[in-house]
Amino acid sequence: MTNKSRRVVGPFNRVEGDLEVQLEINTATVDKAWVVSPLYRGYEQILQGKSPLDSLVYVPRICGICSVSQSVAAAQALAALTGLQPEPNGELATNLILANENLTDHLTHFYLFFMPDFARDSYREEPWYEQAVARFKAVTGSASKHVLPARAEFLHLMGLLAGKWPHSLALQPGGTSRAIESGEKARVVATLYGFRQFLEATLFGDSLESITSLESEQALHRWRNQFSPTHSDFCHFLHIAEQQDLHTLGRAYDRFMSYGVYHNQGQALFGPGIYDGTSQQHSTLNQSAIAEDISHTWAHYNAQAQHPFNGETLPSLDNENAYSWCKAPRLDGQPVEVGALARQVVNSHPLFLDLVNNSGGNVRNRVIARLVELAQVVIAMEKWAKQLRPKEPFCAEFVLPNEAQGFGMMEAARGSLGHWLTVKRGKIANYQIVAPTTWNFSPRDSQGQPGALELALENTPLRPSEIGQEKKNPVAVQHIVRSFDPCMVCTVH
Amino acid sequence: MLNLLWLQSGGCGGCSMSWLNAESPDLITSLAAAGINLLWHPSLSEDCDSDFIGLLESCISGQTELSILCLEGSVIQGPNGTGAFHKLAGTNRPMRDWLAELCQVAQHVVAVGNCAAYGGITAAGGNPSEACGLQYYESKPGGLLGEAFTAQGGLPVINIAGCPTHPNWISDTLTQIALGDMNETELDKYYRPRSYTDHLVHHGCPRNEYYEYKASAEKPSDLGCMMEHMGCLGTQAHADCNTRLWNGSGSCLRGGYPCINCTAPKFHEPGHSFTQTPKIAGIPVGLPTDMPKAWFVALSSLAKAATPQRLKHNALIDHIELPPEPSKNKRD
Repeated sequence: MTNKSRRVVGPFNRVEGDLEVQLEINTATVDKAWVVSPLYRGYEQILQGKSPLDSLVYVPRICGICSVSQSVAAAQALAALTGLQPEPNGELATNLILANENLTDHLTHFYLFFMPDFARDSYREEPWYEQAVARFKAVTGSASKHVLPARAEFLHLMGLLAGKWPHSLALQPGGTSRAIESGEKARVVATLYGFRQFLEATLFGDSLESITSLESEQALHRWRNQFSPTHSDFCHFLHIAEQQDLHTLGRAYDRFMSYGVYHNQGQALFGPGIYDGTSQQHSTLNQSAIAEDISHTWAHYNAQAQHPFNGETLPSLDNENAYSWCKAPRLDGQPVEVGALARQVVNSHPLFLDLVNNSGGNVRNRVIARLVELAQVVIAMEKWAKQLRPKEPFCAEFVLPNEAQGFGMMEAARGSLGHWLTVKRGKIANYQIVAPTTWNFSPRDSQGQPGALELALENTPLRPSEIGQEKKNPVAVQHIVRSFDPCMVCTVH
Repeated sequence: MLNLLWLQSGGCGGCSMSWLNAESPDLITSLAAAGINLLWHPSLSEDCDSDFIGLLESCISGQTELSILCLEGSVIQGPNGTGAFHKLAGTNRPMRDWLAELCQVAQHVVAVGNCAAYGGITAAGGNPSEACGLQYYESKPGGLLGEAFTAQGGLPVINIAGCPTHPNWISDTLTQIALGDMNETELDKYYRPRSYTDHLVHHGCPRNEYYEYKASAEKPSDLGCMMEHMGCLGTQAHADCNTRLWNGSGSCLRGGYPCINCTAPKFHEPGHSFTQTPKIAGIPVGLPTDMPKAWFVALSSLAKAATPQRLKHNALIDHIELPPEPSKNKRD
């Protein structure tokens, strides 16, 4: 006998921005899900007719948590208008600024957004509950006291390299506007060392190099078993993940995409591409295969999915099939998952190829990918900082063309971000933004294919206490939603 | 204990992210020091869904005392005045309508950031989402609540304008409220806390010497003063960004880019490109606050005639090539 009911859950907090999810529940499992992005502001409309360089003022303000990512995408799109190459120092400083934001976001996500759900009342009976409350309870857990100062001190890099965070104008098409001197370089190196110490003592309980050298699920398991469950916050998470089978929650298409990020002398720390977890095949990324479908978006109807260069943003409540302000981007007509896990598998990290081959994209693997990225990128930041050459230029001169097109594609903390820009008569004629959570939290497309989160929520089990509770937001749903580290203000912009 | 409720609507969440940067003390400590109980904050709190909506209802009914209501982000009125561009998740009701009700019961209403205060960046361009501030639309009184609005505590909406706000602007204002020290005399003409708007961004700017001698930057990363060519509004902008630094040691000017006056109503539409100074006959249109034009012109030409070679040279490059020489007159 089936017993179907519909639940509207939201607002979700501890995601950036407002989010609603509608669930069709069949007794004790989620059958189907619809993801609703409830806020529209209209940045793509605001940008029309502006001076192209003013995009560097507007686009970071799309999002307070991915602010630098938006700036970097815009600066790349502007540079692409003329084929400008940034100065080597500017490239290094951009990497440092962007990594500072992305890693800060990973830290904020893990400690403030994701882990507090394990201190919920729903888990009261679990043997690990008391320790999770002591460490991760929202606001009062001991972790926030440790993390906020470490986070703030790490962001001193922004004070040195970008003036402030969020919303810096330091990111420019030719590099960065803040050339640092040798004494300031020393301070960057020292600040990074302080952050390394925090990660090693508190998050990992081991050296960053031990974390980045884990090459298989078994190696990770062995590493974790050397320690007590609460030896470090990473161990603590792995312990809970094991107890709650978090690797069985939230699997989507297992089709992963990354635009690649952190370019340095022609090499990217994370390369671009596609990885299909089902066939275990890598393939190259072709940006012309990206198109946005608006069949379920509150927008003026257009049957044809559009490449972002041809995209339009015309909100309308008249579309009867619509349930979200979010468009549905597709790659070759297919939904994909983006984020830290996608970056790792596209880049062929052996630990993540193994994890995804064993259990796919899921709540546990997405979180592990973020934490390992913290270790990898801090090591890279230390190298970039040392490569900075004070007294050499940081910013190449940019001359704005009258008519041109360009795009910028990069990786924000939560996945692939692209800006597509058309300049006519020296002004912005069209500016289209496709953000990471636009991919992950897209609504259905004209083929009826659900977005990555919508699929990931199907078959999610409810806890016994949640069955028949119309107003309850199942805690597994919350883990799955937050495992993508969604940014709703970027999603619709 | 004072109960604080923090809501977001048509903004970017950047003021919350900036608040998390608070140092010495961190924000959890500063709230505790002020005796403020965080009823709910979107980035920090556990509750969501019906628990959260129940909290809003409990505030409206008076069952939970709402001492301070903070809004981050603009009030969204569109499309066509319906508010449907932001319906609060889980409620199918415009956020604007929730806000209007909650503001009536709050002892103090605080707009955090330029969006919540005046409409901000969200109201730029053709203002597609029909965004406005709680008690202003740009520099015009009104907004969602109307010019005559005062919260239960007797004050109008307190506008901690900035894009984003400095973490201490928020923490200090909330603490002033908690101490009972917040009153009309602590607010400026646009109801911004005078604790930071009695200052100008120009105060403490490390480029002051370049400013004095009109040794001007021409492109990003140049060390010179950014007022003459690069659109810098630091001499007019009300804020203490160069005496109360950001992220340890930063500010916009220290980051090598101009002040865009983000604490002011309507900063989002300067009427020209943000990073180019509009000029008439070679003279910048926006002059420093309080400075008569004739004086500015006279002083500038005098200063330009006297600019030391050191400043003239360093102004157009990105690192100091000619350092100040030790004075020759002094004995060792």
